[in-house]
Formats: sequence, C-alpha cells, structure tokens
Amino acid sequence: MSKVIVKVEHAGMTFETKKGKFVALRDIDLTIAEGEFVTLIGHSGCGKSTLLNLIAGLTLPSSGNVFCDGREIAGPGPERAVVFQNHSLLPWLTCRENVLLAVERVFGKKEGKGKLKARAEAALEMVHMDHALDKLPHEISGGMKQRVGIARAFAMEPKILLMDEPFGALDALTRASLQDELNGVMEKTGATVVMVTHDVDEAVLLSDRIVMMTNGPAATIGEILEVKLARPRDRLKLAHDHDFVEYRAALLEFLYQKQVKKAA
Amino acid sequence: MSAAIIASDKVVSMTSGSAATPVRAASEAVPVAPPVVAAAPREPRTPVSEILLGIFKAVFPPIAGMVLLIVVWALLAGTGGSIPGPLPVWEAAKVLFADPFYNNGPNDLGIGWNVLSSLQRVGIGFGFAALVGIPLGFIIGRFAFMNAMLDPIISLLRPVSPLAWLPIGLLVFKQADPAATWTIFICSIWPMIINTAVGVQRVPQDYMNVARVLDLSEWKIVTKILFPSVLPYMLTGIRLSIGTAWLVIVAAEMLTGGVGIGFWVWDEWNNLKVEHIIIAIFVIGIVGLLLEQFLLLLARRFSYGNS
Repeated sequence: MSKVIVKVEHAGMTFETKKGKFVALRDIDLTIAEGEFVTLIGHSGCGKSTLLNLIAGLTLPSSGNVFCDGREIAGPGPERAVVFQNHSLLPWLTCRENVLLAVERVFGKKEGKGKLKARAEAALEMVHMDHALDKLPHEISGGMKQRVGIARAFAMEPKILLMDEPFGALDALTRASLQDELNGVMEKTGATVVMVTHDVDEAVLLSDRIVMMTNGPAATIGEILEVKLARPRDRLKLAHDHDFVEYRAALLEFLYQKQVKKAA
Repeated sequence: MSAAIIASDKVVSMTSGSAATPVRAASEAVPVAPPVVAAAPREPRTPVSEILLGIFKAVFPPIAGMVLLIVVWALLAGTGGSIPGPLPVWEAAKVLFADPFYNNGPNDLGIGWNVLSSLQRVGIGFGFAALVGIPLGFIIGRFAFMNAMLDPIISLLRPVSPLAWLPIGLLVFKQADPAATWTIFICSIWPMIINTAVGVQRVPQDYMNVARVLDLSEWKIVTKILFPSVLPYMLTGIRLSIGTAWLVIVAAEMLTGGVGIGFWVWDEWNNLKVEHIIIAIFVIGIVGLLLEQFLLLLARRFSYGNS
C-alpha cells in the first residue's frame, strides 16, 4: 500500500450550542493513501462537511486526532488546499490574480514573478479557463468560477485536495462537464482528493473509495465501498457497465434503506 | 437639525435607490438608447421615437418637479410676504455670479470664496475624522473586546448635536476657525467609525476561510481581503459623513463668523438681502448634491457586482 497522507484516529466533534452539546461526529477512523480519490457521502446533516473541515484544519476535533503526512493537524495550511462549494473567489481580483494569490503564498519565496505568473496561467489553462485570465469573477458563469476555484487549489500543488460539494451549486450539465474535467486533471496530476458529495453518480464516477456516513447527530462511518473501475473512466460507457450499476445500487441501498432519512 | 444628523448616521445600503435625483436619472437615460442600425430591420416602428420617449421619461418628471417648486415659490412670494419671488432672486443671482471671486477685504468676499472656504473647513475636519475614524473602525470591527469597550462611548456621544461641541473647540483652540473644523471632525467621525466597523464584521466568512487555508500573512489579509471587502462600507461612511458635515458647517459658521457660506448667509440676513439668502440656499443644496453624487459614483466604481 502506498504512502499514507491523512490519518483520522477516533475523531469526534462536539459543538457547544445554546441548547447544550451537539455531537456531530463520533469514532471516525479513516486512512487516506497518496493518489487516492475518496468521497464522503451521506444525507444532509450527517457531518460529512464537518469531517472535511477537520482534515482541512478549519475546525479542530474535540476528541481524537487527525494527522497529515505524519504530523498532527493544528490548523489550516496550503498543503491541504480546499475547493469551497461557493467557489469563494475574491471578487476584486481577476481569475489570474485569484490563482496568483495562492501561488505566491506557496512558491513566492523560491520563485520569481514570471515563474509564479506562468504557474497561475498553467493552472487556469488546465481547467480550460485561459480565455478568461483577466476577467473578474462576476463576469464569468458559476461553472467557470468553480473551474477557477479548482485551478487555484491545484496550482498550490497540495499534498491533498479537499473539495466540499464543489459542484453542488451547478446545474446537471455543467456538473458533468466539470466532473470530466476533474477526472482529466486527476489523471494528469495523480493528486490525492477527499470530496464531499451527495450525488451518487458523481461518487461512483470519480472515487476509488466511497465513505458512507450514517445519519447525524453523532454520525460516524457506516460502510466503505471500494470502487474498482478501470481508469480513465468514460461516463457514457459506464452507464451500461455492470459493475458501475452494482456500485451505484450498493450506495443507493445504504442511503435509502439502511439510513432512511426521516422526512425533513 | 440635530434630528436630521442622527437619522443620517444610520448605516445605509450602498445601492439605495431612493436618491433618484434629476442628475442621476438623466445620466442613466443615455446608455438605454439602443443601437439604431441593429434594431431597425425587425422593428420598423422607429427606435428613434423610443429614444425620444426614453429621454422624455427621464427628463420630464424632474423638470416638472423644478417647475412646481418655482411655481409654489412664486405663489408664496406673491401673497404679499417679504419673501422675494423667483424673478428678483434671478436678477440678484446674475449680478452675484458675474463676479463670484471678488475680494474687497476680509469682510466682503465673493460667494465663490465663501463656498471654497466652507469646503476647505469640511475637507480638513473630514480628513482628520477619516484618519482617526477608519483605523478605529477597523480595530472595533476586528476585536470584540474593543467593540464592547467603545460601543457605550460611541452610543453616548453620537446623538449629541455637533454644535454642542463648538464651545469646547473654542475653549481649546481659542480661535473660531479651528473650532468650526473641530465641529466638522466630531460630526464626521461617527458614521465612519460605525460603517467601517460594520464592514469589517461583515467580511464574508468564506473569504476569511480562504485566508486561513492559504495561511496568508496579516498584511496580505488586510490588503487583499479586508480592505477591498470593507471599502464599500467605508465609502458609505464617507458619504454620510460628508453629507452631515455639509449640514453642520453652515450652522457652525453662523456662530463663529469669518469667511464661509454659513457666515455669508448670516451676514446677508443682517444686511437684509433676502434674495442672497435664497441664492445661498440653492448654492448649499447644489454643492451638497454634487458631493453626494461624486461619492456615489466612487462607490459604484468599487462595488464588485456582488454575487
């Protein structure tokens, strides 16, 4: 087995609320290896975003430990890049400047201005956004913003890429094209990714492993599904692939039979 | 007047459409005009008439409003009171504006000098208020402790009419001119502190998360995230401050004397030149309007098509 990037040991997360303690997560044990694509799936409120935030270091666990590359995570850092659901581009910076801000932080001490700029542009080219280098975020579509968000994260060459429902706010067609884009980038870079989603097809299409979470409160890992589909994956061929259909069915079974969500 | 100051201190949203003043309506009508050639083939019923209609819609209501004002004014003047009607005021204005910058010694200066000197006072007082208020706003917005500590002081002092501070200014500075500037400082500072602080508190958590994930330095956080994010709020604060300052300067100058539009009004009252007082009212209004429009323009430049 290849090198372990992230290790979560007995992690739990309890929030203090006005009504008392709220246990969001308990007993989470998870190991993510280099080059792996892991998705976290579950009903809303199951704490999958909380788990992602623990790995990002945006919140710290109330019990247990989270390690990245053998060191305990004490806070966020650029070696764990995050793609946010709402893209979170800074509206006063152009696409290039948004990516450059991240690139400068990571490589600014070692490399010259020209090299940094080239890095930013290469990242944007990778997600096919080189036509909008000097556009401001409000001048491009939602799907394009998310592409820039992905470029920003990849440009930092992180040890692990964390994606919090990155395509959740996009329409189905745009989402599909971004999934394909992401698959392509993954093949080129071999990055390690943890992605939160509630889209069953997306999870099977992209993942090596799918972590299924039980319903909250006090959510934990229910089952882990290994997806052994050959890469590169083609969504058209997979639609009729026997294994793909089986994986999909297993996920649906978990989500809608074992973890029935009470009518919200 | 103090009631107006308090009301205008409130945080006002940037895109407040209530200021549909004639100047703004007219300027917005221009880009509406569609390209004539492109529209012509499928719309045979002349876009030219539509352009004219658009201009008419934009220009007519404000003109009608001004006409109404003048008619009401003329009627009031015609009832036999001592208010001069539009015509005598117009004649007086022609004489006055023929040479706005004459200088017959310190007690007889043209209206241009008076307006400029008031603007200068507002500029200096406001400048100092910005130097103190904006950093203070940042501190209050960033640190909850400072907010809790300074909030009662601000709440206590903010409702006080700036003119109440004039004697204190006279006492400290021993001169009329800095005392008036001091009054402007006091009335300008509150909207700037409050709006800047609110702006800092409302920096979207998403942007702060980006800063945390990138682990940006405090300097980068301030220059790349906090400052651009707070800028629209700051500009609102500046706009409210300048508006209030322009209200207050007239009253302050009436009390302190010297050179300035407020003093000029009082002087013309003593000379019983009522036409000049009415002219001054228009001049004060127009200058205030121009200041407001300029700052609105500036604010629009720095609002990033909020998504």
